[in-house]
Amino acid sequence: MSTLSLIYAILFYAATALLVVGLALRIKLYATTPTPLKIPTMPAPLTKSGAAFRVFREVAFFESLFKSNRWIWIFAVLFHAGLALALLRHVRYFQADVWLIIELVQPFGIYGGMAMVAGLLGLWARRIVQERIRYISGPSDHLMLALLVLIGASGLNMKFLTRTDIIEVKAYFLGLLRFDIQNLPSDPALLVHLGAVAVLMIVFPFSKLLHVPGVFFSPSRNQVDDARDKRHLAPWAAPMDANREA
Amino acid sequence: MADQKFQTPAFREYRDNPAIQIGAMSHSQPFIAKPEHNEPLGFPGELVENWEQKAVEKLGDLLDKNRALRVYLDSCVKCGACTDKCHYFLGTGDPKNMPVARQDLLRSLYRRHFTLAGKIFPGLVGAKDMDKEMLDDWYKYFHQCSQCRRCSVFCPYGIDTAEISMAAREIMDHIGVGQKYSNEILAKVHKIGNNLGLPKPALADTLEGLEEDVEEDTGVAVKFPLDVHGADVLLVTPSADFFAEPHVDGLIGYGKVFHQAGINWTVSSYASEAANFAMFIGSYEQMHKVANRIRKAALDLGVKRIVFGECGHAWRVAYSFLNTLAGPWDFLDPKYPVPQHILEVTNGLIKSGGIKLDAQANDDKVLTFHDSCNVARGSRMGDVEGGQFIIPREVIKASVNKFVEMDPQTTCEKTFCCGGGGGLLTDDLMELRVKGALPRMEALKEVIDNHGVTHMAAICAICKSQFTKVMPYYGFSMDMVVSIHQLVSDAIQLGAKEEL
Ligand code: SF4
Ligand code: SF4
Repeated sequence: MSTLSLIYAILFYAATALLVVGLALRIKLYATTPTPLKIPTMPAPLTKSGAAFRVFREVAFFESLFKSNRWIWIFAVLFHAGLALALLRHVRYFQADVWLIIELVQPFGIYGGMAMVAGLLGLWARRIVQERIRYISGPSDHLMLALLVLIGASGLNMKFLTRTDIIEVKAYFLGLLRFDIQNLPSDPALLVHLGAVAVLMIVFPFSKLLHVPGVFFSPSRNQVDDARDKRHLAPWAAPMDANREA
Repeated sequence: MADQKFQTPAFREYRDNPAIQIGAMSHSQPFIAKPEHNEPLGFPGELVENWEQKAVEKLGDLLDKNRALRVYLDSCVKCGACTDKCHYFLGTGDPKNMPVARQDLLRSLYRRHFTLAGKIFPGLVGAKDMDKEMLDDWYKYFHQCSQCRRCSVFCPYGIDTAEISMAAREIMDHIGVGQKYSNEILAKVHKIGNNLGLPKPALADTLEGLEEDVEEDTGVAVKFPLDVHGADVLLVTPSADFFAEPHVDGLIGYGKVFHQAGINWTVSSYASEAANFAMFIGSYEQMHKVANRIRKAALDLGVKRIVFGECGHAWRVAYSFLNTLAGPWDFLDPKYPVPQHILEVTNGLIKSGGIKLDAQANDDKVLTFHDSCNVARGSRMGDVEGGQFIIPREVIKASVNKFVEMDPQTTCEKTFCCGGGGGLLTDDLMELRVKGALPRMEALKEVIDNHGVTHMAAICAICKSQFTKVMPYYGFSMDMVVSIHQLVSDAIQLGAKEEL
């Protein structure tokens, strides 16, 4: 086992811990912060299942974005759907016996990787060319795109140009799962790819990537329109009722 | 308009987005509240010592109390989908009027003090400390948001800039920087019971005058009762309905509907205001206090139902918040939702035959309808999703034969604010109000030119006041604006039921 293998092992353990703990804490914070008022953006579903379906449509189809800007929607779907396929393709690195579904998804994972990079470049181009979006973009917005493009491009590079020993990579990650550190190939493309992924995992709970849990907790999307039927009261607001005259 | 100090924006031929013009509206801000406006609400009279720190503390307090604020401040990905959705951006081109940029004014402080990234790398994530410049920007641009929620329709995470604006105004009030218009009005409500400061004798006078006018006009003795104990219905309506044109014609319409349906109703002098301005300043405490005047009035008068008159922000607070703020309503008649909108009542009566309308009475008019932002995106009517779009249209169509819709990109959930909502209906913001009305005026012009529309109905006191004021800037007559219940008033068949 090389020093490099050890460094990357530590990096991935730390990144995973930060991602999981950071996200869990954030989700807990969202879940425990009260909603003082009913504020669904109307018209809103009248039932719980309706509201859940509304959130599902936002997550699965980016429904609101579709209504609002077709170009951003296209690029965002390319990126997110591509990323999902690419992630599924990568599941094989964590399974000794690969599931059939993961086997089947392999070729699509490659297209996914390409779609992902294409979508990202589209979003980035808009960020630079469209003056309104340029105005609202900060350095972190560009860096985030750069990081994701780096991940996608270095991954595609290993597929098509400078191949790496994926048998060894798989052994390495299976080893990590058992806390048994194996040798990691030292190809620069692989190291860049893995390093960038680790950075992404680390910044996830501290950045705008919080939109991932956020979309599930957005009161304007997940609340049911039932204000007249059910009294909705936040614990901190309830004591105020004691002061009223009647 | 000859005396104006600014240019009314030109109609855009292809509705293309304006180029950004940095600082185009940086001179626009409402009058700052004086100590006598702030103190009755329990806010510090003027800018407190240590205000930078106090602002951060208040933000922390709000973050703990309101999930929406926390989630919205975290979740924005700067996708830009909302950038061309705000009427104030479309009308002014000022980039700080793009919803996301408006949010960022508060987000920068949030990031600096409440996120790890902002504490370590402020420059990278746009985190900033509170300073005079930030406070100035807040005061200006959080008073260029009418809390209309149009941006939240189009954001992939439903981020509602109205919530951010409310939080920012609440923080400013807590460090002594209030807005005169809203705070002065709230003090009047606490003292007298309505936004206009109309005391009971004046109210009684006005209502009596209305009775005389209607009787003279129709020969029917329609009553406009005040503080009647044991009435079935408590009508809570925006105080503008009591005297301003065209609002008062709507009030006459409600009176005729109640009269003809045989519903025993009353206005309360104690709760003579539907509009709860505390929503504009984002203060739950104030909103609770104002809303509970209605509870007290309902209990004191012993009514069985509460009905709200035509008003947008009022109806949002009534429909979405009243149960929270002033419920439970277990002492009212459980057969009716609490509260009801007057349009729900009228539409129900039209359907059941409880009142009869003759639409020919309005044959001189071609109508279009402006969906009020807070009714459209902050409330509902009736018992189906989207009833707030269906019911007003049904009532209009029962009252008028000729009805034309405006561009669907500007109606229903996509409706544009009139430009005067959210506590901005004040003369010190005239330029903003005129410019913010641009998208609605464009859609109106289209139906006037192509379909001969003569009148635009609205169901909000703010919309009605705002339109009558700004329409002349665009070359339209202020008389074009009508209440839906003015149309009902003209079409309703009064008299003994047997004759109908
Ligand atoms: S649409 Fe939503 S996520 Fe996108 S920039 Fe606007 S507020 Fe941010
Ligand atoms: S709530 Fe309305 S006024 Fe405020 S930023 Fe959004 S679109 Fe503009």
